[in-house]
Amino acid sequence: MRSLARELWSAVIAILAFTLLLGIAYPLVVEGIGQLAFPGNANGQQVRSHGRLIGSKLIGQDFALPRPSARGGALELVPDPRYFQTRPSGTTPPDNAAASSFADYGPNSTVTRAALRANIAAYIRLNGPYYPGGLTPAEVPVDAADTSASGLDPDISLANARIQAYRVAAVRHLPLARVMRLIGRFTGGRGLGFSGEPAVNVLELNLALDHLQAGDGRSPSATRRGAERGAREAPARGGGGGGR
Amino acid sequence: MSVDGWVTIFAFAAILTLTALPLGRYLAAVYAGERTFLDPLLRAPERALYRLLRVDPQQGQDWRAYARSLLLFSLAGWVLLYLLLRTQRLWDFTGLNPEGFHSAPWSVTFNTVSSYLTNTNWQYYAGERTLSYFSQMAGLTVQNFLSAAVGIAVAVALIRGIAARSRTDLGNFWQDVVRTVLWVLLPISLVGAIVLISQGVIDNFSHYLTARGLTGLTQRIAMGPVASQEVIKLLGTNGGGFFNTNSAHPFENPTGFSNLVEMWLVLAIPAALIFAYGRMVRSPRQGYAIYATVMGMFLGAAIVAYVAEAHGSPAQHAVGLHTAAYVGSSGGNMEGKEQRFGIAGSALFDVVTTVTSCGAVNSALESFTGIGGAVPFADLSASEVIFGGVGSGLYSILLYVILAVFIGGLMVGRTPEYLGKKLGAQEIKLTALGLLITPLAALVASALAVATRAGRASIDTAIAGHSSPQAFSESLYAYLSQANNNGSAFAGYSGFVQPLAGNLGSHGIVFADLLGGLVMLFARYAPILFVLAIAGSLAGKRPSPAGLGTMRTDNPTFAVLLIGVIVLVGALTFFPALLLGPVAQGLTSHLYS
Repeated sequence: MRSLARELWSAVIAILAFTLLLGIAYPLVVEGIGQLAFPGNANGQQVRSHGRLIGSKLIGQDFALPRPSARGGALELVPDPRYFQTRPSGTTPPDNAAASSFADYGPNSTVTRAALRANIAAYIRLNGPYYPGGLTPAEVPVDAADTSASGLDPDISLANARIQAYRVAAVRHLPLARVMRLIGRFTGGRGLGFSGEPAVNVLELNLALDHLQAGDGRSPSATRRGAERGAREAPARGGGGGGR
Repeated sequence: MSVDGWVTIFAFAAILTLTALPLGRYLAAVYAGERTFLDPLLRAPERALYRLLRVDPQQGQDWRAYARSLLLFSLAGWVLLYLLLRTQRLWDFTGLNPEGFHSAPWSVTFNTVSSYLTNTNWQYYAGERTLSYFSQMAGLTVQNFLSAAVGIAVAVALIRGIAARSRTDLGNFWQDVVRTVLWVLLPISLVGAIVLISQGVIDNFSHYLTARGLTGLTQRIAMGPVASQEVIKLLGTNGGGFFNTNSAHPFENPTGFSNLVEMWLVLAIPAALIFAYGRMVRSPRQGYAIYATVMGMFLGAAIVAYVAEAHGSPAQHAVGLHTAAYVGSSGGNMEGKEQRFGIAGSALFDVVTTVTSCGAVNSALESFTGIGGAVPFADLSASEVIFGGVGSGLYSILLYVILAVFIGGLMVGRTPEYLGKKLGAQEIKLTALGLLITPLAALVASALAVATRAGRASIDTAIAGHSSPQAFSESLYAYLSQANNNGSAFAGYSGFVQPLAGNLGSHGIVFADLLGGLVMLFARYAPILFVLAIAGSLAGKRPSPAGLGTMRTDNPTFAVLLIGVIVLVGALTFFPALLLGPVAQGLTSHLYS
């Protein structure tokens, strides 16, 4: 057997050599290839409009307007009825992409029951008035009531999108069929045809709606110029971040 | 439930099996030192590394020497990682700490370092609020590779011990680690990382982004070199996420296809190693028998989890949600699951990562239904042998094989022998010890955690309720997961209080941090020593030719016996504890406050 000192030397040198190889060289190589081959993906599929960063295609966001609370005091956020809404989020504030977190609602907990009740009530309050015949809890799609895992789910189910379409079409004075067609355009399929669920990307859908109404029907990701024009002419929104 | 869901489960099993066969042949060639297609590229760097380390790869080591090299290598890795994480701000000059995060408290770092060294990757911290890019790369990514390499090395040493005819050594530890990194982990990681980026996994060194959304709200978006770490997190069955929500985060797992790729990465090496084992002991049928055994148990677990999750949870039914699938909606328990994965993609992923020692999650385990959540418990109770961790899965199931041979030998009244080698009292004692260490550590630690005030401080009663079975489940799962070097968690059990991003004003819950760290270290290295001792003992035995009365270990009868032994040992050890937690939860529709 080799001496302890020689073995220790091997151990220390090995760990340093592997740190250089696997901790520095390897991540740099992957980053370099990623930036060259898939720059859009490697940088998070950023969605820009008029040079302004609106978000990431992969990260859900809260399409809400700040409004003075009825009880006075701080501003509260209310869903903007012109936009499709993402799933309930467990982060604080909702859709906080700097601190993703699970909601931690157990299956047998009264806390979960209360959260589900609140989510269902909010969904029905927002969409029920526009939906033919109104909405009951049994008609609320599970993904609209249940909190997502990451708190940043960018997608909603087709059923969820179709219910919200009635509201969005009515508020924006658009033909329902037009909105439904847009939903179809931003619905991702299953991986290899079977893996996962069809999912509607909410940010892309909402951006396309804004462009549609600004007189430019082209896809936001298809043309940068269209996207910029769309943002310039989009309806006034949210009092510029809600004031202080 | 849907057709696509069932197709997902069975197509995945088929793809895995078809790819594991050639990968197994490749692994066998790598560890036998035979030529492979990567040799022209890798022989030179391999030789350079040996010169640098001043080791002679031809020099075989007996089990004591092999174990000593392994322990010294791990010790050096532990110390370096601890220093790197504790001096996080010192490396700001690299520009790889754009958010200016401070180091975590010492106790949390103790837990994290022990966790990465032991291939557990239990995380009390949220990556994007705690760690610099430098710590993630130079610290955690490195141990993601090396802890996997150590696990594989031990498995290969055990195989050599079983297969040995004339040689009595177990090979050379340094050679096994170097070849594992260069021939296996690094090439697959490079290709896998590019595939993941093509799906949308990010990889950059940018500052966190600040976006202003369509309604004018600002949103900060965490960035980082994710893909390079994501791929080895899965391939090495490590499981430590770059982000807090692990593979549920869209930047770690962006599509249904990436979900499939990630599951494949987790099981690829554990599955292939089983086939490699068969080749290395010159009897591929031995590998097929073990593969059939674990694949059967794996499919059983996946089916139970899928059916349970598709059924929905008591809380959903209490509020009148419709949980059956219909056109446009997956139905089922979507609480804590992502739309793009759906029910089957989430249930299967979490079975894949809890049967192995990976512990990555793409959905919230604590939000699984009682029965769906009991599946990960059952997987852990089977001591991570259903494929298991890279390396550790194979050496653990080989311990069960030895135990099954022993029990079978008692039944037919013959001296038990495995592949021509007689199993004596020495080997059986070591096997029993190796198998009992993990449950011992898990159960003693869980008992301490629920029986002491310091332990109960970690239970988040807001999630589970005060006296609910879930509060017990959380504690039990925490130590079961850490003892099995798994790393998945039922959230709600915490060891780290972090009011702000960047660790200012944060503190660890020292009891949970230390107990968890010690459990991980003990339950990783003690079984490794037993396994190497068994390997050494078997290596010295001369094989005798199989006779008429020799019990066969490559047929369905033995596979059934093996399943029986695994289930029996797991059930006898853990059943009382499981009854108190997940089973109680699954049998009731009662809601707890």
